[in-house]
Amino acid sequence: MKDQEIIEKINGFLVEEFEVDADKITPDANLKDTLGLDSLDYVDLVVVIESNFGFKVKGEDFVGIVTFQDFYNYILSKVGEKQEEVK
Amino acid sequence: MNRVVITGIGIYSCLGTSLDQVRDSLYKGKSGIVFDEVRNSIGFRSPLTGMVEKPNLKGILDRRQRIGLAEQGEYAYLSTLEAIKNARLDEEIIDRNEFGVLFGNDSSARAVIEATDIIREKKDTTLVGSGSVFQSMNSTVTMNLATIFKLKGINFTVSGACASGSHAIGIGYFLIKHGLQKGVICGGAQEINPYSMGNFDALSTFSVRVNEPTKASRPFDKNRDGLVPSGGAATVIIESYESAIERGAPILAEIIGYGFSSNGGHISQPNVEGPVRALEMSLRDAGISADLIDYVNAHATSTPVGDMYEARALNTVFGGSKPLVSSTKSMTGHECWMAGASEIVYSVLMMQNDFVAPNINLETPDEDSAKLNIATKTVETKIDTLLSNSFGFGGTNSSLILKKVK
Repeated sequence: MKDQEIIEKINGFLVEEFEVDADKITPDANLKDTLGLDSLDYVDLVVVIESNFGFKVKGEDFVGIVTFQDFYNYILSKVGEKQEEVK
Repeated sequence: MNRVVITGIGIYSCLGTSLDQVRDSLYKGKSGIVFDEVRNSIGFRSPLTGMVEKPNLKGILDRRQRIGLAEQGEYAYLSTLEAIKNARLDEEIIDRNEFGVLFGNDSSARAVIEATDIIREKKDTTLVGSGSVFQSMNSTVTMNLATIFKLKGINFTVSGACASGSHAIGIGYFLIKHGLQKGVICGGAQEINPYSMGNFDALSTFSVRVNEPTKASRPFDKNRDGLVPSGGAATVIIESYESAIERGAPILAEIIGYGFSSNGGHISQPNVEGPVRALEMSLRDAGISADLIDYVNAHATSTPVGDMYEARALNTVFGGSKPLVSSTKSMTGHECWMAGASEIVYSVLMMQNDFVAPNINLETPDEDSAKLNIATKTVETKIDTLLSNSFGFGGTNSSLILKKVK
């Protein structure tokens, strides 16, 4: 899957799960504020990542993620690691 | 002591999802029992159940409010919304009077099973999601309603098996009577999903009259072969008489008596003495004699032993006066944790509309039920005072007495 396809997939499940307008999701926007995440919602973020990409996220992995771009980069690197493992 | 009145009712049941629909079903003697293909395919002895439509609350409640609601909580939200509307309550009144919430609920099986399946398969508890814990606890209904409706008074769940809903109203009545609360949103809720009833099915308690679902629930009939499970939710808003008058609320009925007891015997086999003590306690609390009861909404679930003991208890207490008796479970099936509250809603609808709903499917009374004055057809009559019975596993008994306010 190309990077842009992965980003579109991420945006799709974030819109679906957290019920936000798609046009509010931009690379520089703040992930927590835009999605309205509280501490409980991070649990659901772990669930949707696992169900869409098949890997489990640890709570501490979210520490450095502020913007959507940070989030995309994190997912892309994890997907990359997974693909490397397959090779 | 405060007088306690009912100012709002709401219902989401297999007889209808509004008070008007349910009133019409009760009047017509319409059954809500169906053959459930899912139960049939997963090894249930009985595929029969009462059924309601799954609510779609997207766009009505926000995501956080929705994901903590188990199925019975969704039903309870809708019945409570209806009750709040017809009680003419709003957020300001609820807040000013510190309304509380007491619901009967005694399981939340689906959420527990689904979470357990995920943990077993994935070996990671996080993957159950954030809503699971709020759906899984027995207090799921009250914790969610209290949050959604911003309630600030009493807030807990009453688990008393199939008398849960009745005890919830009874406890609320005591709190208001003794001046500890001005208003309480009471009720009962019951999940319908098959897995919540599997271990009950295991006891061979359910009717297997599979070719005639609407005739399967036949309380007091000699040829009954077991109960039919059912579910949904019912809400009964109660307030002090003073509070209701002060805010110009509709007064649907007054609760004048609550009696309770425990059989102190077998876990599933009832007896006569326990229900008699609850009945007599409710009459003492109401300060009336048995002959003033016009109508008894019986607990009778369509099990031979349970119906027999209730018939004997009713004959012991009401033998001389013979009030009209019917079990609305003949139409609804057994709404279990919800039944004690829904049957108050059904009874108030009858009281408001001057009829007694029929005990459908009673074709051949047995030795004990023949001594009761059971309404086999709809009876047009004024009801001034009525009594509603609810009993449950472990021998828990509850009797509530309602009176029309003129």
